[in-house]
Amino acid sequence: MEYFLQQSINGLTLGAIYGLIAIGYTMVYGIIGMINFAHGEIYMIGAFIAVISFTVLGLFGITWVPLAVLIALVMAMVFTSVYGWIIERVAYRPLRGSFRLAALISAIGMSIFLQNYVQLVQGARVKPVQPIIQGSVSLMERADGFTVSLSYLQMIIILLTLVLMIAFWQLIMQTALGRAQRACEQDKVMAGLLGINVDRTISLTFVLGAALAGVAGVMTTMYYGVVDFYIGFLAGIKAFTAAVLGGIGSLPGAMLGGLLIGLIEAYWSAYFTIEYKDVAAFSILVLVLIFRPSGLFGRPEIEKV
Amino acid sequence: MLGLTDVYAYYGAIEALRGVSVEVKTGEIVTLIGANGAGKTTLLMTICGNPRARQGRILFDGADITDRPTYEIIRRGIAQAPEGRRIFPRLTVMENLQLGATTAPEVHLARNLERVFTLFPILKERADQRGGTLSGGEQQMLSIARALMSEPRLLLLDEPSLGLAPMIVKQIFRTIGEINRDQGVTIFMVEQNAHHALRLAHRGYVMVNGVIALSGTGTELLANPEVRAAYLEGGHG
Repeated sequence: MEYFLQQSINGLTLGAIYGLIAIGYTMVYGIIGMINFAHGEIYMIGAFIAVISFTVLGLFGITWVPLAVLIALVMAMVFTSVYGWIIERVAYRPLRGSFRLAALISAIGMSIFLQNYVQLVQGARVKPVQPIIQGSVSLMERADGFTVSLSYLQMIIILLTLVLMIAFWQLIMQTALGRAQRACEQDKVMAGLLGINVDRTISLTFVLGAALAGVAGVMTTMYYGVVDFYIGFLAGIKAFTAAVLGGIGSLPGAMLGGLLIGLIEAYWSAYFTIEYKDVAAFSILVLVLIFRPSGLFGRPEIEKV
Repeated sequence: MLGLTDVYAYYGAIEALRGVSVEVKTGEIVTLIGANGAGKTTLLMTICGNPRARQGRILFDGADITDRPTYEIIRRGIAQAPEGRRIFPRLTVMENLQLGATTAPEVHLARNLERVFTLFPILKERADQRGGTLSGGEQQMLSIARALMSEPRLLLLDEPSLGLAPMIVKQIFRTIGEINRDQGVTIFMVEQNAHHALRLAHRGYVMVNGVIALSGTGTELLANPEVRAAYLEGGHG
C-alpha cells in the first residue's frame, strides 16, 4: 500500500509533465489536423532554457528560489512561444493546402533540425543542474522503514500543472480567443467569413501549446537535474501517446491521457521492469490505435463535407 | 455600394465566373438566380475573397477589396450567411452568435443580441443548445442571425430557403424584407426559389454558366418569358 502510494505520487508528477506537452499535440491536431512532431523538441528547448536561466541567474547571484524559478518559467515560455510561432510560419504554413503527408514530413524534418541545432550549440553531453528545490514531507512510514514522501518539487509540479490546465481550459472555453480557436477547429472557411483572422488563430495555437511545453521542460530540468538534446524525442512520443489515449483533438483527453501515461509508466517501473517502461507506454499507443482509435474522449472521425 | 467589374474566378480547377459584372446599390435587395452550378455561390464567396478573383475588380464603398484577405473584407461591413449554413455544430447557439459579432464593437453585443432575438425568438429559447442539434429552419435563422451580429451594411445570403418547409420559407423571406426595410441593411441574395426572391427584390440578375445573362427589376424578370420558362415554371414557384 505504501509502495503503491509512493508510485502514484511519482506517476502523477510524471503525468503532469506529459499532460502539459500533450495539450500542444492535441490543440494543433484539432485546428490543422496534423501531428506536430517537432513539439517534443520545443519541450527539450524549454528544458535547456531552464538550464541556461539557472546558470545565468547563478552568475548574477540571484539565488532566491521562488524568483529564480519564476524567471526560468517566464523565459522558457517566452522563448518556446517564439520557437512555436516560427516553426508554424516556416515549416507548416507554406504547406497548408498541400497533401497531408507534406506537413508531416516537414514536421519530422523540423524535429531533426532542432535536435541537431541544440546539439551543435549546447554540445552533446548531458547537462547537469544543481537541485533547485529540495526537501520533502513524509506522509507515512511502513514498519520496515519505507517512507512515503512527497517532495516540495513534486507538489509544485502537480499544483502548477493543475493551475495552468484550469487557466488554459478557461481561456479556451470562456474567452473570445478561445471561441475563435474552437470555431477554426470546426470550420475555417466560416470562421474567416465571420472576420476571424484564421492564420493568426493557428499561430496562436502553436504559441500556446509551445508555452505549455516550455513549462514542462523547466519542470523536467528541475525534477531530473539533467538535460540533453535528445530528451524531446521520447517525452514527445509519450505525450503524443497521451494525446491519442485521451482522444486526439480533445483538451480534457490530453490532460487525462498525460496523467494515465505517467501513472502507468510509474507502476510498470515499480512492479515489472524499469528497463521496459517505454515499452509499456508504446504498447498502449498500439493498443489504443487498434481498439479505440478515437481515444477516451475523442469523437469518431466524421468526414467533413 | 458593391460593384463587380468583369470578375473571373475559379472554383478548384473549374472556371466558375467568366467576366461577371454586378452592382448593388445602398438600400437595395438584389437577387441572383440561376441553375445549379451556374457560379452563384462562387460569386458570393469571391466577394468575400475566398476564392480570390483572378481578374477584374471588386469595389465596396469605393474601396478596392479584390485582393484583401477575407477577415479584412468582413471588417469593412460585409457579412455572409453562406451555402449550407455552416453553423458550428459543437458550439452553442449563443457562441455561434458571439462569433458573428467578432468584428462588431463589444459594447454593442447586448443590443445586437436583442435585435436578432426579436427577429428570431426561437433562437433565444435555444441559446444554450449546440448548433448541431437545431432543425434546418432554425439553423437557417441562426445563420442569418449570426451574419447580422456583425452589424453589416451589406448582407450576402446564399439560398436562404433551401430545404425548408414552405411555411418557414415564407417566414424567412418576410424577415429578410424586414431586415432590409426596417434596419437599412443592403441585401444581395442568391436563390433557387426565383418566384419568392424576385418578388421581394428590387432588382435581379440571371446567371448562366458563369456569366450574367439577364438583369432587370424584380417585376421585369418575373414577367420575362425566358425567366418564366427556365426558373419559374419548372416547379420552383
